[in-house]
Amino acid sequence: MTDQMNAAARAGSPRTPDMPDDIRQHRCASAAALAPKDGKGDGTTRAERLALKERAVSGRPFGPGSATEHEGKTITGAQAVIASLEAEGVDVLFGYPGGQAIKIYDALYDSTKIRHILARHEQAAVHEADGYARATGRVGVALVTSGPGATNTVTGIATAYMDSVPLVIITGQVTRGVIGTDAFQEADIVGITMPVVKHSFLLQSNDDLTRTFREAFYIASTGRPGPVLIDIPSDLAGETMVFHYPDQVNIPSYRPTYRGNAKQVRQAVELIRAASRPVLYVGGGVVTSHACSEVVELAEKMRIPVVTTLLGKAAVPCSNPLNLGPVGMHGSKYANMAMTEADLIIAVGARFSDRVTGKLSEFAPHATFIHIDIDPAEIGKVVDPKVPIVGDARNIVAAINERLDRVGAEPQDEAWVETVFAWRERWPFYTEDFADYPDRIAPEQVLEALSAKLDPHASVVTTEVGQHQMWAHQHVHREESRTFISSGGLGTMGFGFPAAVGAKIGRPGAQVVCIAGDGSIQMNIQEMATAIGNGIAVKVLLIDNNALGMVHQWQRLFYHERYSCTEFTANPDFVKLAEAYGWDAARITRPDEVDAALDRMLASDKPYLLDVIIPTAQTVYPMVAPGAAIDDIIGAIDVTLGGVRVTEKGMSPAGETAGAIAEPLPLNARTDGAARTGGATRQSAPAMGAEAHPQIAADDADRKGGE
Amino acid sequence: MKYILSVLVENKPGVLSRVTGLISRRGFNIDSLTVAPTEDVTMSRMTIIVNADEVAYEQLTKQLHKLVSVYKISDLTEEDAIERELVLFKVVAPPDRRHEIIEIANIFRANIVDVGKNSLTVEATGTASKLDAMEDLFRSYGIRQLTRTGKIAMSRGARDA
Repeated sequence: MTDQMNAAARAGSPRTPDMPDDIRQHRCASAAALAPKDGKGDGTTRAERLALKERAVSGRPFGPGSATEHEGKTITGAQAVIASLEAEGVDVLFGYPGGQAIKIYDALYDSTKIRHILARHEQAAVHEADGYARATGRVGVALVTSGPGATNTVTGIATAYMDSVPLVIITGQVTRGVIGTDAFQEADIVGITMPVVKHSFLLQSNDDLTRTFREAFYIASTGRPGPVLIDIPSDLAGETMVFHYPDQVNIPSYRPTYRGNAKQVRQAVELIRAASRPVLYVGGGVVTSHACSEVVELAEKMRIPVVTTLLGKAAVPCSNPLNLGPVGMHGSKYANMAMTEADLIIAVGARFSDRVTGKLSEFAPHATFIHIDIDPAEIGKVVDPKVPIVGDARNIVAAINERLDRVGAEPQDEAWVETVFAWRERWPFYTEDFADYPDRIAPEQVLEALSAKLDPHASVVTTEVGQHQMWAHQHVHREESRTFISSGGLGTMGFGFPAAVGAKIGRPGAQVVCIAGDGSIQMNIQEMATAIGNGIAVKVLLIDNNALGMVHQWQRLFYHERYSCTEFTANPDFVKLAEAYGWDAARITRPDEVDAALDRMLASDKPYLLDVIIPTAQTVYPMVAPGAAIDDIIGAIDVTLGGVRVTEKGMSPAGETAGAIAEPLPLNARTDGAARTGGATRQSAPAMGAEAHPQIAADDADRKGGE
Repeated sequence: MKYILSVLVENKPGVLSRVTGLISRRGFNIDSLTVAPTEDVTMSRMTIIVNADEVAYEQLTKQLHKLVSVYKISDLTEEDAIERELVLFKVVAPPDRRHEIIEIANIFRANIVDVGKNSLTVEATGTASKLDAMEDLFRSYGIRQLTRTGKIAMSRGARDA
C-alpha cells in the first residue's frame, strides 16, 4: 500500500458515513479497524512491484544474471537449467519429477537457492505456480516430466493464458533421437499447447539454452503476460556446455507497445470532459500494469463510477464509494444499470467478455467507448471503440490524468453519481436480515462474516469456480490488488485450492483463504498433502451444497428442473478426509455457528478446512440469463418493495413487478423468442417449450408487459 | 473477400504450424500458402491468401502480430502488388498433337520441361488469370496432372524512387 493509495482510501472514508447501513458491499468493519500494512518484503509493496515491472521491461534478468557462481563453468544442460533459474532469481519451483526430468531433478538436489514444492498432480503444480505469480507479481515456474506429466499441465497453462499470468513451464522431453517415434512417455507438448501459450520453445541445442531461458522469462513477464513453455530433450540435459547467462534480451519480432499515442490520449480526455454519464470499466490489466492508484485518481478527479470484472476485483479499493463492484452475469443490478445507461465507457485492461456484456446487441446502447489495452488484438474485437489506445494502462491513465489537470477539467455535476448511488441503495447485493432459507446458513452471510474478519489489505482470498466464486466476488471486501485470485477466462474448477497453496508460499505472512465448492475442491483435493507436507497453513472455506451448484442453478432456472448429473450421491466426509491428510477441520450447519467457526479457522496455525453446509437449492442472485441483456436481471433484492427479490428488466417502477421472484423463461424459449422477434421488438412471441410450461410463458408475458 | 498477406517470420521449426494453427483455429480456410527463406536466411516469407470478412480479417492479422515468431505483416490485397504463381501441367499429347500444345505453350511464354511418349509437361508462371486460361485450353487435350504453387506476391518499388 502506498501513500497515494492510503490517501485515496482516507479520502474515500469521510463519504462512507453518508451511505446507508444496508449497503454492505462497501462497508467493512476491518477496513477501518486495520491500518494498511506495508508488504513484508515479499514483493507486496507498490514500490517493489513497480521495480519488478520496470526490471521486466528493461530486459534484464530478474536475478543476478551473469553474476552467479556458475558463470563460465562447464556444466551439464540439467545443471544449466537450474543455474538459469537461479540467474533469474527463482526461489520457488513447483513440480513433479519423472523419467525425462530426472537429470534436472538431480541438478536441483545441489541447489541451495531454489525451494521445490512437490505437488501431487502436475495440473496442481501449474496452478500453484499461477497462484504464486498472481499473489506476488513474479513469474511462476513449474517443472514436470514428459508425456503424461506434460499433458497434465495443459489445463494449468490454458488457465494462465486466459488470465494473462506470467509462467515459465519446463517440460522434460524424450531424447532428440527418438522424438516422433512414440517413445515411452512421449507427447508433442509444444504442439499440444500451441493454442494456449504465449510462446514456446523446443530446445534443439545447449548453445541456445541460456538465451532461451532469458527470452522465456522476458516474454512471459512483459507486454500482455502469459505462459511460456520450454521443452527440454533429456539428452541435452546430459550434455555438457559452458554456462554464460545473458544480461540482456533482444527479440526483434517482439516489441510490446507501452506508451499510449498522445493524440488518442487527447481525444480520450475530450470525451471524458464531455461525458455526462461516464463509467470506468476496470479489468485485470489494471492489476497487471499496477495502474490501481492512477485509475482511482481518474475516478475521483472526474467523479466516475467504477465497475470491475472478476480479475479487476481489488484493483480499486472496495471502500471507495465510487466502486460499484462486480458487473455482468452475477454483477449487481446497480453496476449493470450503470453500464447500460452510461454515455461513455472507459475500459481499462478489460476485454468485454461475454460474461460482462451479456446480449451484445443491447449492451451499453447509449455509450461510446474508450478502450485501453496493451494487446491490440483485444481492441475492436467485441465493441468498436471511438478512441482505442494501445499501451500500458498505467502510463496511459497517468497521461490522461495529467492532461485533465493541465486543461483544468472539472467533473460534471453530481447528478449521475447520485443516480447510481440511489440504484445501489435500492438494489443492494444483500441485506443483513435477508435469507432465502431462514433456518439454514446463507452463503452470503458466511462470506460477509469472513470478509469482516480478514485484513482487506494483506490477506489473500482465492476461489474455485462456481456459485461460491460468484458469492465471493460479490461479498468479499478487498482493498489491495493481488489479494483476490480466481480463474476468470477459463473458469477452471480445481484452480482455487492449489492457487491458494501457491499464494501462501509467495506471501507466507498473509492469511490465505480458499473459498471452494464441494465439486471444485475434489478436482485437486490431493494438494492437501502438498500443504501439510510443506507446512503451508492455507484455510479452505468449503461452501458445501452437495451438488454442482452453478449447473444445478441453470437446470433449475432454464432446464425445467431436470437435474441431470449435478447432485452428488457419494461425497466424502470432507472433515474426516482433511483429518486423514493431517489437517484440522470442522463442519457447521446452523447460522449461529458461523462466527465462532470462522474465528477458529482463521486462528489455526495449521491448514484448516471448514465445511459449511448450505441448501442445495441456494441460488446466486442477481443473475443475468445467458443471452439476455445485462439490465434484464433475475432476483435482485429491491428494498423499496420491502427487500424481496424481483425479476425485471431495467427500471420498472416499484410495485409493478412486486411479489415473489418471477420464474425466468427457460433458455430454449429465450433464444427462440429472441430469434423470432429479431431481438428488438417488445412483444415476446410464445416460444417453444412454453406450451409445456404455460405458467412460465404467462409469467414471461407479464414481465415483458412491464417493460 | 480474399486477402493477400505477406508475412515475415522466423525461419525456425514449428513456425509454419504456429501461423497456420492460428488461422485454422479461428475458422478460416487458407486458399493458398507459400513459404520459403528470404534474402536473410534467419527469416522466411509466407504469402497467405485467406477468405474472410473485414472484421474477422482485422482480428486475424492482430492475432498473427501477437505471435512472437512473426516480424512483419504486409497486406498486399489493395495494393497494386506483383503476384505470380507457378504451375506444372502434364498434358495428354499423342505425337500427332504435340505441336499444337507446344504452340499454345509458346504463346503463353511457357516452357516444355519433359516429354513422354504420350504426354508433355509444361511449366508456366504468371498471374492466376493467365494460368487459368492455359488450364482451360489444355483441358480440351486432357490434363493428367496439375500442380500449382499458390501465389507469391511482392509490393512494387516506389514509382519515384
